[in-house]
Order: sequence, then structure tokens, then C-alpha cells
Amino acid sequence: MANMTVNLKVWRQAGPKEKGEFRTYTVETDTDTSFLETLDILNEQLVNNHEEPIAFDHDCREGICGMCSLYINGHPHGPATGATTCQLYMRRFKDGETITVEPWRSAAFPVIKDLMVNRNAFDQIQQAGGYVSFNCGGAQDANCLPISKVNADMAMDSATCIGCGACVAACKNGSAMLFVSAKVSQFALLPQGQVERKRRARAMVKKMDELGFGNCTNTGACEAECPKCIKISNIARLNREFIKAKCSD
Amino acid sequence: MATIDTEKVKVMNPADSKIPEGPIAEKWTNYKAHQKLVNPANKRRLTVIVVGTGLAGASAASTLAEMGFNVLNFCIQDSPRRAHSIAAQGGINAAKNYQNDGDSVYRLFYDTVKGGDYRAREANVYRLAEVSNNIIDQCVAQGVPFAREYGGLLANRSFGGAQVSRTFYAKGQTGQQLLLGAYSSLNRQINLGKVKSFNRYEMHDVVMVDGRARGIIAKNLVTGKFERFSAHAVVIATGGYGNAYFLSTNAMGCNCSAAMACYRKGAYFANPSYVQIHPTCIPVHGDQQSKLTLMSESLRNDGRIWVPKDIEDAKKLQRGEIKGSDIPEERRDYYLERRYPAFGNLVPRDVASRAAKERCDKGFGVNNTGLAVFLDFSEAINRLGIDVVRQRYGNLFDMYEEITDVNPGEKGNEINGTVYYNPMMIFPAIHYTMGGIWVDYELQTSLKGLFAIGECNFSDHGANRLGASALMQGLADGYFVLPYTIQNYLSDQITVPCPGTDTPEFDEAEKKCVEAQNALLKIQGKRSVDSIHKELGHIMWEYVGMGRTKEGLTIALDKLKALRKEFETNLYVPGSAEGMNNELDKAFRLKDFITMGELVAYDALNRNESCGGHFREEYQTEEGEAKRDDENYFYVACWDYQGSDEKAPELIKEPLHYEAIKVQTRNYKS
Repeated sequence: MANMTVNLKVWRQAGPKEKGEFRTYTVETDTDTSFLETLDILNEQLVNNHEEPIAFDHDCREGICGMCSLYINGHPHGPATGATTCQLYMRRFKDGETITVEPWRSAAFPVIKDLMVNRNAFDQIQQAGGYVSFNCGGAQDANCLPISKVNADMAMDSATCIGCGACVAACKNGSAMLFVSAKVSQFALLPQGQVERKRRARAMVKKMDELGFGNCTNTGACEAECPKCIKISNIARLNREFIKAKCSD
Repeated sequence: MATIDTEKVKVMNPADSKIPEGPIAEKWTNYKAHQKLVNPANKRRLTVIVVGTGLAGASAASTLAEMGFNVLNFCIQDSPRRAHSIAAQGGINAAKNYQNDGDSVYRLFYDTVKGGDYRAREANVYRLAEVSNNIIDQCVAQGVPFAREYGGLLANRSFGGAQVSRTFYAKGQTGQQLLLGAYSSLNRQINLGKVKSFNRYEMHDVVMVDGRARGIIAKNLVTGKFERFSAHAVVIATGGYGNAYFLSTNAMGCNCSAAMACYRKGAYFANPSYVQIHPTCIPVHGDQQSKLTLMSESLRNDGRIWVPKDIEDAKKLQRGEIKGSDIPEERRDYYLERRYPAFGNLVPRDVASRAAKERCDKGFGVNNTGLAVFLDFSEAINRLGIDVVRQRYGNLFDMYEEITDVNPGEKGNEINGTVYYNPMMIFPAIHYTMGGIWVDYELQTSLKGLFAIGECNFSDHGANRLGASALMQGLADGYFVLPYTIQNYLSDQITVPCPGTDTPEFDEAEKKCVEAQNALLKIQGKRSVDSIHKELGHIMWEYVGMGRTKEGLTIALDKLKALRKEFETNLYVPGSAEGMNNELDKAFRLKDFITMGELVAYDALNRNESCGGHFREEYQTEEGEAKRDDENYFYVACWDYQGSDEKAPELIKEPLHYEAIKVQTRNYKS
């Protein structure tokens, strides 16, 4: 462990309609402290100086809830690959470094306050079709439905998406294709998802378009920045699913 | 000093727990056969509030909506999918016996009661084991991608406290997949208009009208406004109170404020001293740490827990002069395998945690603070190869490396032809709370129309929860129990219109919330919320943690009283009541954590025995095992609020009655 001092250049914005600006703060931390704990230290300083602390989303701090966001030095979830902001430790940065911290920037994710954005659009896309229409109580025995391990594992990889929005933040078009394709893929790969396969692809894509997300131009930034390493091949599958569904309209 | 007046202790009428007639295996069937139902046309006229969107909350909300009820569903996060159930790693138990290893509903029931150190309510646990199989069927039908064998059937693994493999899993992300399954069902109902979802809302009070729960006051965390919601019944599914200890494996937002609001309105709080300390967490590293990270119990399938045999080796480790992989096999003490040959590394969590504490107290800790033991994969890697081990636990190894900068799968040293790999360092941490709001067999609290499900009730785990049973209980309550039992209550509410929110009861409740908020903003002292919360955590861990004594608990109660005073006079909350104010929201939660901490201490002081997660150092065997006192403490301790946080709560006992299982001393040795 080594002590270190960093300058945090943080986006401050009082509300959705207010004008925002960067403000720089100096914080003493150490290499074994996480990035969010460093923000905690900064907030403690601000509170002790009777200043308004920085609002940011976070919850589980284990990289699974998808609540934390932050665009750090130009990368969603910062410089580490395959990790969320809450799993980022200060040993990734240099002593004395100035670190730029911004909220997700996308038309579909308006800023609520400081670094906190509204990701309700993701919920709305899921509500449009991200499920198997099935009522509790009517299921057959689970082992009556053998599923090939290969498909089950692939479905699991797609289902690993934590819905954080890094893909949208990383995309120059603000596209939500990686997020949507992960859910569509999970069900397309499993027998349970077959009955509503076409309806699902149509409904989720339609909702995504309605909510102001951009189009996919295959730059691959989403895959590179995804904290759960969701593959861009999911997008290829979504395109196939969508075209097949539209052709059968 | 605050003490419990034993003269005042009441004993609950056995009828109050509403346990159905008949042999244990027929109780739930009998109940369902005779309970009252609500017909489809009437379901449309009834509204239910569900607070919380974890496994219990989301599954209850979606299932009630599928049945036809109108549901209002609340969560404090930005989306229902963020609830902390999502972080459960290891798995979910069910008595499917797919592995043909002798499992059955009875055996899951028995293991759960025994694992809970004979302090759970038998009838509830049997029902839990009974519906466990339905949960797996339900989740597979939803498209939950459980791990499978090459033949396409479901895979299983073992967890602590069991000698069968009954745990279903989805990599190390089982909680995530189960929660996303429940969330998908919830989304379908939101889309159909049957569930109204309120995100970034926090419940502040339950509103009672004519002695029944009829609504809640919830704060919109974005606008800062208190809002009123009414319904025919209120269900709370708001999780446990582990964050009273500040450092825990809970998410940062996990809190017990909704449960405390119910408690202050008169809902009994049961067995608060039963707090689970999970044996395999990453040790504390510094003062700035905000939470502790769990390493899944599934690691104990292949990982072996040890400390050095020789105190000199331990001292060298503590000084950083040698590494774990420098110590050969013959100088290692695999203390769980030594003490508990039959269950070995897979003893229940309370047993494993105490054994780690015992070794560290004796000076055998392996890191610079002396508060850590090793979890070692050398034997598994040498037996199975690194690829197989990484396939099983790779994501956990990576998570460990990200936090500690040490890779547990990395080759360390070769001594006398044996290769030793870097072990993990682990230490126990607060993880789960078995205690919670008291509920009867119907999951109704002592307040009419108020129900509690999931971790926030007390009913199924006794004094200790077995691994992979939290997910089972949350989903059992939400999918298969509450949607039935709540109808027994709602059936006579069909002619009652949903109350308006412009009534004196709602006025009064909202007024109190506003007053409490103004009081917090007015203190204008010197200390931040977190600084007081950390102090609370230190008191709780030191005196109300893994080893408790009468003396320590008495000190804790005094210190907590002083801490409340400090909170009330020296807290500083920046900003105003307008708009978003996270510090203000945290202050509300902290106030409740202090009261909760006292409740844990009162209960721990009252329970003059050791059982499960509650270990009183005065009550142990010569071998250091927990010593129960079934003659005097074979009861559920229910605490009744006395109108003020300053006053000691009163104790009401619910005597336990075991019909199916013979109560005996837990034995994991043979």
C-alpha cells in the first residue's frame, strides 16, 4: 500500500436543467482504496467544509448491481477492462494525476444531478418484451426441458449484462444495441424464448428507437468498454432476429 | 443502565402464530385447501403495496399482479433490477434429488432446522423445503440460465451444512440471474399496467387506519418530497439490517428503516441477535473501506481453510517475511478438517466463522493485522488442473485479484515436489440477518394487513442460515407463499374501498415525517453521517459481534445511548429538504441503525445461551462449541416497541413446538 494524492476534476450540475461545470478537488488516498471510496473521502471533506457533496450512483460495490456509472478519463467505468467503477482501485492511477470524472453522456440518459443520470429508458425497453410470458405456478419439472450446455452457457454469457449503460456512454451514436441484443440473445438461445422470439425482437427494438437511442455503426466501442465483456456478436444475432421478425410481418 | 424488566415478559398465545393443524408434511396442503380465496373479479378491485424489489419483493409483486391484484411496487435504487439480491453468488437450494444422492423434502427441512440450531419455526421451514422444487421449475420456465451438464440437465453443487448436492447455480452469479428472472416477470406486469413501479422512492412510514395497514408515506429521493400511497394491504420486502455494523457485505443503500418504521408502529421485531457472520470475506484493509466483499461459500467445495501449526510461522506471515505458499503441507493446520471430520470445510457458516476467530485470537492470523486465515486451492489445482478450477471459480479469483492485487490461482512455491499456489486470505464479516419482523405462518406481522417477506422477516432460518437458502426463502415467500396467504386476509376486504390519502391518518403520518426531517436539518452540529455510522459499526463489531458477553453487551448499550445523543446534538447534514439530498437520506437511515443496534444488543443480552449466529462466550462447551439452553430459551424473542427509542422494548415470547424433529446438540464432527 502506498499513499497518493490525486486531483479529481469532477462534473458538477445542480439539476437536469441547470448548467454544469467541472470543478477540481485534491484528495489524499492510497493505492488499496477503491475509486468510489476515494470519492467518499472527497465527499467527507466537502461535508466537513459545509459544501454540497457530489451525487453519484453506487450500491453493491461488488460489480454486479449495475448502479455505478462514471466516465473516468474518457472511459466508462474507467481504465480497467472487464470491471465496473466500484471495482476500480487507485493503484490504477499515478500519484499526482488529474482524473476527469463525468456522468454518462447520452440524450437517453438525462443528468439528474452531478454524476447521476436517469437510466429509466433501459427499464422501459425491458418492459416492452424482455421476458417469457409465463405465469407463476404452471411450470413443468425443470429437468423435463434439457438444454444443451453450449447454448445454456452462451445464454448465460448474454444474461450477464448488468444494465449499467456503459455501452451507450461509450458509443458515439448513443446506441443501446449491445444492451438490447444481450437480452434478445439470451432468450433466442433458449427453448423457453422461442414462442415470443419474433415479437420480442420487434417490440424491444421499437421501444429502443422511440426512446432516442442512436443507431449502431459497428464501431465496437461498446464491447471494448463493457464491464461484463458482453460480446458484439450479440448485436449480429439481434440484427438477424430483427430481420427475420420483420420479414415474417 | 437499560435492562429488561423480566416481570413484564409476556408469552404469546400459540394460536397467534396460526400454524395449521395436521402432521408437518400436510400442514401447507391443509392450509391451502381451507384458506379463503379472492375471486378474479374482486382481485381487480384490490390494491397491494410491495416495498422492495429484491427476490422476495419482485417475485411477490409480479405474482400478485399475475393473479389480478393491482400492485404498487417501490425501490430506493434507480431500477428494480439493482436490489441487493443481485449480489448473491453461490446458489439456491432445492430438494430435487437430481443427483440421486438421497435428498428429499424432509432432508432439506431437517438440514435447515439443524443448521438454524433448532431455533426456527418447524412448520415454516417444512413449507419452505416443500416449495423449493417449484422455485427451480418456475425459474427455468422464465429462462434463467442455470448451469447444466453436457446431457442438458441441471447441474448441482454442495454448500455448507449439507451432505448432498442440492444447490443450483448460474456461475458465481446465481442471485443476479434469479433476480433478473423475477425482474422480467415484473416488467411484463408493468407493461400490462398491473404493477406501477416507483423507483428512487424510500418508505418512511406505514399508515394505519382503524388498526389495519392501509398505506405508506414514501419519499421521492429525486424531488425530496414525501408522497402518500394507499392500498388494501402492505408488504415489506426490504431486506436485513447488516449495515448497522457499517462494514458488511450488504450494498451501501441496504437499510432497516422500513422495518424500523413498522416496529415503531407496533410490529414485533423477532430474534434481532441472530446475525450471520460469513466466514469467507476479504479481510478489512484500512480505515477508508466502505464495505466488505464476500467470496462465495462455493469456494469451500474445493478450497481448504488453514493457518500455520507453528506460531512462529504465523508471526513471520504477520510481519510479511514469508508467504502462505512458503509453508509446506506438514506445517499447515487445516483446523476445520481437524475439528469437524464429517463436514470438514463445509461446516455451517457460524461454525466456520467462530473457528477462524478462535485461531486468530490465539495468534495464528496470517496477515499484518492478524485477522485473516488462508483459503487454499493448491490441492484442488494439483488434482483437477488449473483450467478446471478456473472454470469453476475464475470470476471469483479475478474479483479477489482486483481488490487485493494477489492472484489465488498463481503458482507460489514448490517444496519437496509439491506445488503450492497463492492462497486467498479471508476473514468473517457481517453478511445476513436471520432476525427480522415477526410474522405468523401467513407471513403477516403483528399488525393487521402488514406482511413481511424475505430477509426482513424472521421465520425460516432460526439462529443461523445455511448457504444458498436465502435465495430459496426470498423466492418461496414471493412466488409461492405470500400470494396465497395474503388472500386469506384480503378475502374480507373486498367490499372495502381503497382508502383515500387525504385522511387524518395520512396527514398525521406525513406531518411526522416532515418534522423528523426538519429536526435532522436543524441540528447543524460538527459530525458527518458517515463518521457517526463508522463509530456505530465499531461498537457493534466489538461488543455485539462474533463473541458476546454480558459485560460487553452492557457496555454496548451504554455506548449506543451516548451515540444517539451525539447523533441528536452533533450531526451535520448539508443542504435542505428541497430536491435530492443524499446526506439527509443517509441520516434518516443512520438514526434507525442506532435503534436497531440497541435492539440487537438487548436481545443478545437477554439470550443467556449460545446458538447459531449468537455466541455468548459465557455459554460454550470445553471444546469451544456453542452451548444452547433449550430449557430456558426454546422460544422466539419478540420485541415490542414502547413508544420511544429511549425506552427499552418489552419482550414477548413465542414458545417453539417441535413435532417432527428431535431437538439435539448440533454435531458436524461425525
